[in-house]
Amino acid sequence: MMDISDDVLRDLHRRMVRIRQFEEGAGKLAEQAKLPGFLHLYVGEEAVAAGACAALTDEDQITSTHRGHGHLVAKGGDFRRMMAELMGRATGYCKGKGGSMHISDLSLGMLGANGIVGAGTPIAVGAAFANRYRDNGKVALAFFGDGATNIGAFHEAANMACALHLPIVFMCENNGYGEFTPREKTMAITDVVDRAAGYGMPGVIVDGMDAVAVYEAAVEAVARARAGDGPTMIEAKTYRYYNHHGVQNMGVQYRTDDEIEAWKKRDPISGLEARMAELGVMSADDATAVWAEVEAELGDAVQFAEDSPFPEPEALLSDVYTVMEGAAR
Amino acid sequence: MTTMVEAINAALRDSLADDEKVLVFGQDVGRLGGVFRVTDGLQDRFGPNRCFDTPLAESAIVGTAIGLAMRGFRPVPEIQFDGFSYPAFEQIISHLAKLRNRTRGAITLPITLRIPSHGGVGAIEHHSESPETYFVHTAGLKVVTPATPADAYSLLRESISSDDPIVFLEPKRRYYSTIDLELPVTTEPIGRAVIRRSGTDATLVGYGPSTGIALDAADAAADEGISLEVIDLRSLVPLDIHTVVESVRRTGRCVIVHEAARTLGMGAELAALVQEHAFYDLEAPVLRATGFDTPNPPPRLEHHWLPDIDRVLDCVEQTMAHR
Repeated sequence: MMDISDDVLRDLHRRMVRIRQFEEGAGKLAEQAKLPGFLHLYVGEEAVAAGACAALTDEDQITSTHRGHGHLVAKGGDFRRMMAELMGRATGYCKGKGGSMHISDLSLGMLGANGIVGAGTPIAVGAAFANRYRDNGKVALAFFGDGATNIGAFHEAANMACALHLPIVFMCENNGYGEFTPREKTMAITDVVDRAAGYGMPGVIVDGMDAVAVYEAAVEAVARARAGDGPTMIEAKTYRYYNHHGVQNMGVQYRTDDEIEAWKKRDPISGLEARMAELGVMSADDATAVWAEVEAELGDAVQFAEDSPFPEPEALLSDVYTVMEGAAR
Repeated sequence: MTTMVEAINAALRDSLADDEKVLVFGQDVGRLGGVFRVTDGLQDRFGPNRCFDTPLAESAIVGTAIGLAMRGFRPVPEIQFDGFSYPAFEQIISHLAKLRNRTRGAITLPITLRIPSHGGVGAIEHHSESPETYFVHTAGLKVVTPATPADAYSLLRESISSDDPIVFLEPKRRYYSTIDLELPVTTEPIGRAVIRRSGTDATLVGYGPSTGIALDAADAAADEGISLEVIDLRSLVPLDIHTVVESVRRTGRCVIVHEAARTLGMGAELAALVQEHAFYDLEAPVLRATGFDTPNPPPRLEHHWLPDIDRVLDCVEQTMAHR
């Protein structure tokens, strides 16, 4: 057990509250038909993004997933630009052309959410190679789900990262389901991290509902990577409260209410708040103040997004190439 | 005398020397120097960090290139054979081609994906594919197709210095053809087609490996008193349709030559564009001398499958029959 400072606890708490509020706000806007397209909410999994990103610096890089809002929020993403992007506005991170599944912010080392399961992992390998080449002590961390470990790109990335001994952390968010199908129907192992040994990297299981546990494991893995000791895989056992996409279950009962309620009883944010209260680090009033601050930040972001223009139709034809030589096609 | 392999090797060497951000990697490109010897000597000269071997894992090769490009590098990955680009298809189509547009230009990917391509080397299917249509059809990629050693050098240098992702298709059947060539050389830029032979009776359009076939066909036709103009497209995206249309306006006839299967090959797009821009100058329907709509064949049957001089001249004869 490492010594966790009060500041780290407060930091983890704030990161999680920001994710929770952003996602709950996005869910409400989706139900009001204000968010176009698909929406994959991160609610329930906050401890993983918060714990992992708290172990990184701004200069370290992450790759993200289709369920990626939480990763960018945890990496320090700007609510205004995120919400504007989700609402398809020209002021968003990608000026309204990326949407929920494709936000990136190179200035924060966030190399992109990604609508294709597993596709971010080889990109993280490239970032890790760049770090090692420059010998800059930076680390790449790839977020991906349990389902991504069934796809070829993950295997290629994990193998290559280990073969080349790169500074990278593979952070598996095992929420028990690949879209709507439970993990036990799609793989014959219980612990995804069993796969790590096959690549020649250590694998660690942590409670993905406990931000401190995730943080501790991430700090250790990041330190290994920085020291030149190669990749680590972390499996965080977690759960998403809402549907694969959107908020409602589409009337399809693929998870039992009992299962959902059991996980909610282990809520990562209320769990950390109870622990901090017990340690005397955060009073109920302190916690309420954090929620209120973030709520104000969210309200401002939603207003900003709603006041922002949509991209002009001409945007459809721009930014495909840097230049198009000769006769345009 | 210089071969295309030597020209490409020189282009990689000179690019590596000029810009420390250029990295060359792929299956067997490092210690071995590539199965076609294209990267021979580069690891010795530039070290194992700038020219390195990867696992046989094409999706990871392209994904790694994307991650490197996002961190400021200028990667030049090699996919060992045309058919091996398909395991990397997802990374190429969904990310390499789209990240710039998706981020409104916040991310640029200066990546040149070299792919030894096409048939004529006696290899079955996945070692002889002509994959250009897949890439041409995908907005966000440029597709460059050199036919000569000089273009292979110059277009590769230009591709590597370009900020856009480029699929660079090398005609491996032309790898070891030799010409007199002083390197470095600068030819016409990407996006400019070149008239390789002037003629008056019909226009032949080729690129990559088919430019040579078209030129051979024009030689043979000249013996029979038929004057064929031969255009080498050099790049398919961007496509210099202007040069093709101007030529067809003069000759009134057009035959497109490519190894790729006929249906929805480049010939289909070119025929559509030619009739759109030169309909009233055409004396005959635009024809295509192409591979068949069947899988690339085994070695013993390949010469029946690939378009050759006879197939091109048959098309020419058909167009000439329209008076």
